[in-house]
Amino acid sequence: MLYREAGQFKTTYRADQAVFPIRQDFIGIIAILAVLFVVVPLTFNDFWLKSIMIPTLIFALAAIGLNLLTGYAGQLSLGTGGFMGVGAYACYKLATIFPDVNILIHIFLSGFFAAGVGFIFGLPSLRIKGFYLAVATLASQFFLEWAFGRIAWLYNYNDSGAIEVPTRTLFGVPITSATAAPVTQYLIVLAIVVLLTWVASNLVRGRFGRAWMAVRDMDIAAELIGIRLLPTKLMAFAISSYYAGVAGALMVFMWLGAAEVESFDINVSFQLLFMVIIGGLGSLLGCFLGAAFIWNLPIFLRAVPEMFGTHVNAATVEHIQFMIVGGLIVFFLIVEPNGLARMWAVAKEKLRRWPFPY
Amino acid sequence: MRFKKMALGIAAAAMLGGGLLSGATPSNAEDQIYIPLLTYRTGPFAGSGTPIANGLHDYLTMLNERDGGIGGVKLAIEECETGYNAQKGVECYEGTKGKGAVVYNPYSTGITLQLIPKAPVDKIPILSMGYGLSATAVGSKFPWTFNAPATYWSQMSAIIKYIDSQDGGIKGKKIGFIYLDVGYGREPIPLLEELSKEMGFEVLLVPVGGKEMQNQSSHWLQVRKEKPDYMIMWGWGAMNPTAVKEAAKIRYPMDKFIGVWWSGGNVDLRPAGEDGKGYKSTNFHSTGTNYGAIQDIIKHVVDKGLSQVDKASVGDNYYNRGVMNAVLIAEAIRTAQEKTGVKAITGVEMRVGLENLNLTSERLAEIGLEGFTNPIKVTCDDHAGAHPIYIQQWDGKGWNKVSDWFTPMTERVRPKLVAAAEEWVKDKPDWETQTCE
Repeated sequence: MLYREAGQFKTTYRADQAVFPIRQDFIGIIAILAVLFVVVPLTFNDFWLKSIMIPTLIFALAAIGLNLLTGYAGQLSLGTGGFMGVGAYACYKLATIFPDVNILIHIFLSGFFAAGVGFIFGLPSLRIKGFYLAVATLASQFFLEWAFGRIAWLYNYNDSGAIEVPTRTLFGVPITSATAAPVTQYLIVLAIVVLLTWVASNLVRGRFGRAWMAVRDMDIAAELIGIRLLPTKLMAFAISSYYAGVAGALMVFMWLGAAEVESFDINVSFQLLFMVIIGGLGSLLGCFLGAAFIWNLPIFLRAVPEMFGTHVNAATVEHIQFMIVGGLIVFFLIVEPNGLARMWAVAKEKLRRWPFPY
Repeated sequence: MRFKKMALGIAAAAMLGGGLLSGATPSNAEDQIYIPLLTYRTGPFAGSGTPIANGLHDYLTMLNERDGGIGGVKLAIEECETGYNAQKGVECYEGTKGKGAVVYNPYSTGITLQLIPKAPVDKIPILSMGYGLSATAVGSKFPWTFNAPATYWSQMSAIIKYIDSQDGGIKGKKIGFIYLDVGYGREPIPLLEELSKEMGFEVLLVPVGGKEMQNQSSHWLQVRKEKPDYMIMWGWGAMNPTAVKEAAKIRYPMDKFIGVWWSGGNVDLRPAGEDGKGYKSTNFHSTGTNYGAIQDIIKHVVDKGLSQVDKASVGDNYYNRGVMNAVLIAEAIRTAQEKTGVKAITGVEMRVGLENLNLTSERLAEIGLEGFTNPIKVTCDDHAGAHPIYIQQWDGKGWNKVSDWFTPMTERVRPKLVAAAEEWVKDKPDWETQTCE
């Protein structure tokens, strides 16, 4: 009844190609952004912000990076965790070498280092495809993990081998390290994620996105219609890694405050791949849904026994949670192999006909 | 279709309902002291983590059952499962700090490193008992972090001192150092390298990655080739039993294989059994159940079914390690109550308690732990103290004390700790320090 596009006529191509061609979607996204920017900072406590909102946004950003590569360009990657690490370590080095430059600039710059590394590891993608490419990216993951642990220059020869975030300010307000208020960090992460998501949504609708999708669907056909495969694939690797790198830098500087190699290990890559698959390949919305689902489900499950006032010991909850999360992933893949984003699309379809379905 | 609706419902509940429940239950009750325990009973480090979690939990529960808490205030104990994972540890920290936590025991050097900068902001002290960042022993630079009874650097110096006292001194010997390749294992390397220059011995570093913990054959092949005179191990979790078994397989002389106190659990040596005979590790408390307090735990907690421990494992090395940690917490709370006059203390008072902690032998006797450990004293300037430790040896079934209590090389270690602490604070202009005396 409310969600109906009848009567919204597009008179220009511009209007037809808008990010949100349906007016209700536009109003909806404004409402969501208003809630995220205004209501959430005013009402949520530190636990909510630090353990749920910030990580979800950061993982969503990394998932967008992976989705550009895997969902749009069709190149399976198992190296996202490593690329996040490149961003984080690059940002750490930049922040310690140039302490006077604003940290936000460093965060955006560090993405370029990740892009460079992604570009190099993307080179084999012209010759090897599918599972073989996944194995090649796996190699990049292992190499990068090795580098973070072994090249002492990367962590400034700290005895502990960990990178620790120095305090940096924006307009006099601390925004990194433990002295920063979670609300400030949340707002910064949110602003960056919204900005980069907007960029991504334009990328995938534009020339790059269409070229990626053509390559994904059939690379020989794409080549025949004049798309040059190597630059297209390398661009996908570079942009994808840029997103992962910025996400990695945000993860260390805006969320964790310190990190070791373990923060970027193969499990992170797998977790991101799950987020993208569960959320929906080739969908930006899916990245957010997938990240929120995979990250918050364990936290939710841990809270369930408390909800009913029963006390179950922590280890048992952990074991049960492993089983339930695993089971749910399988369940979702059977019920809706196209991910949560597809479910949302189906729900929207139904909403159009509500309350008089035929 | 019904399935799809169900799936949609689950997804929505998980995404929206997530922390609504977990974060929204702060219970700032005035009549209790809330102690969150960051423990791990799952994952590859569960073997080491479980007995420690049991010891910690059981001693504190015993105080609740026997004495009704400390100073008449009940202790609220809650475990949070970290799986030895730094991110989960931080999540546990964020989720519990709002409930009025008085102290954190991260049981992971990685988590400790994450929490060190948060402690002065949230005003909750960290007690990393015999682990964590060595430099935090310098209390003037790290007011909120405590690592009594000894730092990793002190402990490494003690092991070197012990080797030096054995046949013909350490000069010219080759010392192998096999370690878990994370923050924890790397922590003592700077000291080891400096001492090797000063005392004239050679160091062979053998890092074991987290994923190779249970497959160390190549590492021990290297050891067999290089033939170090002694092996020192900084291992944890599944790494320990594997290392002992591999060492036995290449017939490395077990009495020249010395582990850190985190590589000396009964669970670590039991799989090797007789083959592990002769293996040594350091320690700073006793094993066994011949203590009043531990008998009380059995009576008030284990026999009542309030513990997850298997009764036969009470008194194991790591179980007693947990008890030791709980004793430090309890005594610090008591000290805090005496010094500040506040009964239901918070983190701020707890810091005072930890900083004035003085566990004398009389006090140990009073709480039923006579001779359980050497007296421990923490001061404003020294949050670790140079407390004596001893060497124990595995006889195939249990641990035997084979050396006297002896002090680490304090005079060599302390200046290095001070330098490291200054280095750490140097690039943090707004870091909170304190002046002692």
